[in-house]
Amino acid sequence: MRKLKDNLLLTLLWFAAFLTVAVLVTIVGYIFYKGMGLISFNFIFGDYSPSGDGGIWPMVVTTIYTIAISLIIATPVGILAAVYLQEYAKQGKLVRLIRFATESLTGIPSIIYGLFGAVFFVTTLKLGMSIISASLTLTIIVLPVIIRTTEESLKTVPRTYREGSLALGTTKLQTLYKVILPSAMPGILSGLILSMGRIIGESAAIFLTAGTVAAMPSSIFSSARTLTVHSFLVTQEAGDIELAAAIGIVLIVIILILNFSATFISKKLNKADY
Amino acid sequence: MTSLPLKKETEKIGKSNKRKYRLEKFSGNLFLFCALLSVISLLLIICFVFYKGAHPFLAEGYRFLDFLLGSDWVPSEDKFGILPMIIASLYATIGALIIGVPIGLLTAIFLAEIAPKSIAKIISPAVQLLAGIPSVLYGVFGLAIIVPFLQNHLGLIKGQSLVAVILVLAIMMLPTVVTVAETSIRAVPKTYREGSLALGASPIGTIFKVVVPAAKSGIMTAIVLGMGRAIGETMAVILVAGNSLIIPTSLTDSVRPLTTNIALEMGYAFGTHQEMLFATGIVLFSFILILNFTLARISSKGGN
Repeated sequence: MRKLKDNLLLTLLWFAAFLTVAVLVTIVGYIFYKGMGLISFNFIFGDYSPSGDGGIWPMVVTTIYTIAISLIIATPVGILAAVYLQEYAKQGKLVRLIRFATESLTGIPSIIYGLFGAVFFVTTLKLGMSIISASLTLTIIVLPVIIRTTEESLKTVPRTYREGSLALGTTKLQTLYKVILPSAMPGILSGLILSMGRIIGESAAIFLTAGTVAAMPSSIFSSARTLTVHSFLVTQEAGDIELAAAIGIVLIVIILILNFSATFISKKLNKADY
Repeated sequence: MTSLPLKKETEKIGKSNKRKYRLEKFSGNLFLFCALLSVISLLLIICFVFYKGAHPFLAEGYRFLDFLLGSDWVPSEDKFGILPMIIASLYATIGALIIGVPIGLLTAIFLAEIAPKSIAKIISPAVQLLAGIPSVLYGVFGLAIIVPFLQNHLGLIKGQSLVAVILVLAIMMLPTVVTVAETSIRAVPKTYREGSLALGASPIGTIFKVVVPAAKSGIMTAIVLGMGRAIGETMAVILVAGNSLIIPTSLTDSVRPLTTNIALEMGYAFGTHQEMLFATGIVLFSFILILNFTLARISSKGGN
């Protein structure tokens, strides 16, 4: 009787795992199957044309802009915030408040960020529907990710490093940027790469703050679409699954590269360090 | 004579020390400010979204209960009721949890406990990778495959329906649930398993009666994260929901969850209509807070 039950459960486990893998393989497989026909040099690096035979270069550029701007702001702020929480702060009400705020920011859905960006950056600060509005909104979205990953990697720096450095008569600040931050670097870097993935995958918040203009952005103050938003819009407006899937391939490949480099960096640098 | 240069020397050191201290103090404050930015952001978000969303009820004489329980959403006729969307969001999230969580958890258990190492080494990173794929692509897949399938096999006029939303969301939450749950199951100390096996429990019995309960808090986190993804998802849902403004009575009805209502109408809404979309956002936000709180309570109760 027990044996029968065990076998039944075991079958169930195999079945569930098989189902998960099958579904996920089907999705990725379908996107590659459907979109591969469109992938060409001209598709990725060609200018967009409404007739449909153009490329997606403007969207690639927009995506790069949003990643660059939001990381330029979020990286220093996030790292320094994590340094404060891990190295400087005394445990107390203030730290609890900061942690509570960071955790709450993680839980807010992207569409609410979009609403906030639309009323604060677009309307109140008069930045308009633009790449800069979207990037500032994204900055807040990735900030908790960067803070958390940096904190995690600061935690892995052995206590003895700090003690050794301080015992040599260095100040706290010198210890921080000569000893602690370099040893925490691999973790911080892979955190940054993961934030890039988060920015690339974001759609709702960008949709409400950057608008949907399908053209090469002339500056960071113009409205534009990122790859993900473009993929959504061609599906919704034109039902062009093939084009959406082709953009999907580009997105998946970028995410793949980012993930591999994150793993690579943390492995490589860790080895070099210890 | 000799005391003069010495004095100068100590003064010099004192000066450089002073500068050092000032720099220390300044950097400490700078770090504190950076850390406070997340608090400031949260406050700004809450203030702006709530201010905009509460305005019609505080200043324009709309009743909040009519908004919450009204079943008509006709902005051109000044009718703002979001009950159909609340129900659609609830159904879609619960449905996705019912399908996605058991499959996700069983897969996580399989990967952590049953699967041969060589297989787990390939599948785990692959699933992890899928958690990072833009959710829009899940919507594209849903529209291209799931929607036509439902249309043909259930005889629907329109395949975009509640059941399509549930399926897409369930698939979308799978990678998150699997990855987080697997990590927590792997973190259960080996001694737990050994102890249980030594007492004569079967390997499968050990997994379900010892290992899984020990990983409960991590599993709870997995469910909360998966649920958060499902309830907050917008763009993928627009593609497969159909977006009709009716209270769903069956799985095959076309629905419009809270999130999609905001995204669909923000583009052209202004005045009271726009403020009502912010109010929709507040309801969504409160929804997530309540669900998270409830699940946290359930898991902490189970812990006692």
